[in-house]
Amino acid sequence: MSTISREEVARLAGLARIDLTGPELDRLAGELDVIVESVATVSRVATADVPATSHPLPLTNVFRDDVVEPTLPVEEILAAAPAAQDGRFLVPQILEED
Amino acid sequence: MSTTTAALVDYDEAVSRFDPVIGIEVHVELGTLTKMFDGAPTEFGAEPNTQVTPVSLGLPGALPALNRTAVESAIRIGLALNCEIAELCRFARKNYFYPDVPKNFQTSQYDEPIAHDGWIDVELEDGTVVRVEIERAHMEEDAGKNTHVGGSTGRIHGAEYSLVDYNRAGIPLVEIVTRPITGVGDRAPEVARAYVQTLRDIFRALGVSEARMERGNVRADVNVSLRPSPDAPLGTRTETKNVNSFRSVERAVRYEISRQAAVLESGGAVVQETRHWHEDTGVTTSGRVKSDAEDYRYFPEPDLVPVAASRTWVEELRATLPEMPVARRRRLQGEWGYSDPEMRDVVNAGAIELIEASVAAGASPAAARKWWMGELARTANAEGLALEELRVTPADVAELQRLVDSGRLNDKLARQALAGVLAGEGSPEEVARARGLEVVSDDGALLTAVDAALAAQPDVVEKIRSGNLGPVGAIIGAVMKATRGQADAGRVRELVLERVGAS
Repeated sequence: MSTISREEVARLAGLARIDLTGPELDRLAGELDVIVESVATVSRVATADVPATSHPLPLTNVFRDDVVEPTLPVEEILAAAPAAQDGRFLVPQILEED
Repeated sequence: MSTTTAALVDYDEAVSRFDPVIGIEVHVELGTLTKMFDGAPTEFGAEPNTQVTPVSLGLPGALPALNRTAVESAIRIGLALNCEIAELCRFARKNYFYPDVPKNFQTSQYDEPIAHDGWIDVELEDGTVVRVEIERAHMEEDAGKNTHVGGSTGRIHGAEYSLVDYNRAGIPLVEIVTRPITGVGDRAPEVARAYVQTLRDIFRALGVSEARMERGNVRADVNVSLRPSPDAPLGTRTETKNVNSFRSVERAVRYEISRQAAVLESGGAVVQETRHWHEDTGVTTSGRVKSDAEDYRYFPEPDLVPVAASRTWVEELRATLPEMPVARRRRLQGEWGYSDPEMRDVVNAGAIELIEASVAAGASPAAARKWWMGELARTANAEGLALEELRVTPADVAELQRLVDSGRLNDKLARQALAGVLAGEGSPEEVARARGLEVVSDDGALLTAVDAALAAQPDVVEKIRSGNLGPVGAIIGAVMKATRGQADAGRVRELVLERVGAS
């Protein structure tokens, strides 16, 4: 049974700013369904005594001292910008909020 | 956006018909030397994009490295707010697209904040204490700064394009979220303001942030909802973003209460939405409606390992907590013998530390208050500076007062000496010497001036002789003028009376 609907894929695509065509939505709904179903196998295997994990390594508290390190030259940074002005990145008008 | 003025219900009427509930989210920028996840410096006011590394820019392959000091500051804030400190917590990615977030996600914390379930007592101006419950305090990073160019207002709406500076991107933030604050009725705006003020004082006392409102070091989002009565379920709330001064926090809450009351009274429903605060007009306007766009698809940050705050570490940090501001204020007020209004003025002027240091340097509490809250407050105000930005130290104030107490300077000369100190001419002692400021109490010099003044005003002499001592002041004034303020007024008075034979 399908757990990922076409509408959900469309919504996720919107959130991720990915423009998908109708046929792509249909195909991805099916593919994502297979992926989700495969991953769900883990839930069936893992018993209650297996804690959820976000990292494969048993590491905690990896810190850096609060010491200033070199920064990038501003010319180099802006060279990578599509457009720049006054030492800053120039971007299209932000948010058509209404 | 709606630019039309919303209907409002008179505030007193609004709070008589509805029970306001507020909630406040405060972001504080930590005063670490470097950013949360990289070694870029965090100095305020640097040229755009000069404090940026591959991590700040979210360049491919850049990996975050967590700033230990920022984590310690977050834990100390949590402890100061009486929170539990999580034994294990993680960072999470909050995904959204906005040019000031170059990675397309903000590194934040989601369901595992570093601190949770705390409280803080907030004291209102009349001494009423309100306990505010803290839901959580979590670590995250600041975004870059957008400047909107073109359009009619220069703000977001109508802008033609935006310029982005990433110096601020990645500066450590701690976000503190209250539980709904209920039961404060018509005092909700006041409580909101006092709460933010209390947090600011705590941040400063902890030394975790300069906590300067005008620089955006502390920013508040205020949630407001109304319900028909205190036992009714919570109403629909609005969230007014980025309210960045104490006064605005109070005004924004007050405005929302009046606006929502009008909506409800006209039979409408409050829309759950983000609203914008307009400092100039004192109103809020509708922003984004909470919707799908609010789906941030949080997931655990794979590039950062969890933080496990051992109980030993937490206790070590707890031992570094200073006396909390409210307790400290009460203690100092008692020690200094200030009245409630005097103390309130000192607190509001941000002069506590300066007065405390002046007293430590030898000034009496009364003298320290007189200088900092008088001449110096006026100067700071006139020059648009904070008291501590003036070129005068607590030691200078103590020295100045010693010169007055020893009789070397009178009040007027002391003010001149202070002006010299403020102008960078040295310590009060040095200024007094360099400018030749000293009370003249040498009778010879004074008598010459007194005689000249009396000779110039024979009618006054007659009045004084006939027992009318009122005009003595005029003679003293003339002598002061002749000696450029350096005369000892008490001695001049004695000499005048002697000379006219009225003593």
